[in-house]
Amino acid sequence: MDFGKLFTISLGAILVNNFILVQFLGICPFMGVSKKMDTAAGMGFAVTFVMGLASAFTWLVNQILVLWELEYMQTVAFILVIAALVQLVEMFLQKSVPALYDALGVYLPLITTNCAVLGVAVLNVQNEYTFLESVVYGITGGLGFLLVIVLFASIRERLEFADPPECFKGFPIALITAGLMALAFMGFSGLNVPV
Amino acid sequence: MDLKKQLKEGLLTQNPVLVQLLGMCSTLAITTSLFNGLGMGVAVTAILTCSNIVISLLRKVIPDKIRIAAYIVVIAGFVTIVDLLLQAYVQELAESLGVFIPLIVVNCIILGRAEAFASKNSVAASAVDGLCQGIGYTVVLVVMSVIREFLGCGTFGAGILNGGKGYVLLGSQYPASLIAQPVGGFLTLGILIALTQWLMRPAKKKEGSRDGLR
Repeated sequence: MDFGKLFTISLGAILVNNFILVQFLGICPFMGVSKKMDTAAGMGFAVTFVMGLASAFTWLVNQILVLWELEYMQTVAFILVIAALVQLVEMFLQKSVPALYDALGVYLPLITTNCAVLGVAVLNVQNEYTFLESVVYGITGGLGFLLVIVLFASIRERLEFADPPECFKGFPIALITAGLMALAFMGFSGLNVPV
Repeated sequence: MDLKKQLKEGLLTQNPVLVQLLGMCSTLAITTSLFNGLGMGVAVTAILTCSNIVISLLRKVIPDKIRIAAYIVVIAGFVTIVDLLLQAYVQELAESLGVFIPLIVVNCIILGRAEAFASKNSVAASAVDGLCQGIGYTVVLVVMSVIREFLGCGTFGAGILNGGKGYVLLGSQYPASLIAQPVGGFLTLGILIALTQWLMRPAKKKEGSRDGLR
């Protein structure tokens, strides 16, 4: 096992190639569910969880697809796996961890159409990651998502009290804030991790 | 079926990106050049129209409980077709759009129109709706691409116009490559949406509706 490579993947997924601010994956929940700190954190944890699981399952599914030479069915297979997975996680949480289920609430079903989840599955295949690398990439990618959405939500809570020009109120000023955050995250692209 | 009204809704009053705020990921990510923006817009329009037609045809067959899953399978099927076609015939576009082609499956515009329009309306109306919403999406992508390509690279239409070289409008010392980076995407879209809100402001006051969008 190569811890160096796993570390590089983790650091890349959280900071250097952050899913939201650098790769533009998962913008919809990032914009939609970031008005309050606690819901943003709930969404972040849910996405991290599903991204880790989805990475593991889609890796296995991809092995089957490759075995049967059905790679062109990748998109259809992956989205079905993710939809089923989200449904399963929802049912499982409802039965065994009701507290967590209540906390995540409506955000669970929404994760199916989060492009970060399908994105991580496709990127795992493109980068030819092993099983362990895929799972690590999924989980750390989710952690990067969590970090950014929580930071963004805390800024947005304060933005409520700001007084931008009328036409910038609401969504546009949030987008511009996100742009400034992306600018800050560009600083991480200078990080060089020895493999 | 009112063609003019639907087209106006798609382009302005119900524009999928600027007003409904759907499909952000691809809008922000791939609008770095006119070639990418136009390619993505046409691909999404084709998929949206086809999936709207099929879902409208099947709207009485699909049970209510599993409709979202059924919609996603239909959409994923069309996305796969487009993905394979692009890889076969327009390989440069397939390469530069990369992971965002399979991600059209989870583009909220397509699922949103399936749920909000195609599942309730006739086939012809759904086809027109898909086409109009797709055109609205494409126009926004093209506008953003042109702005970002001009400010970020100083060119116009690199990849398609002028034999693939595009037209160089700014000398190489002027462009701010920042605009072609993610930062520029957020800023450009933020300003475009602010502009739309500003443009639609008088109409909103006349109707006496709430200020702003969200």
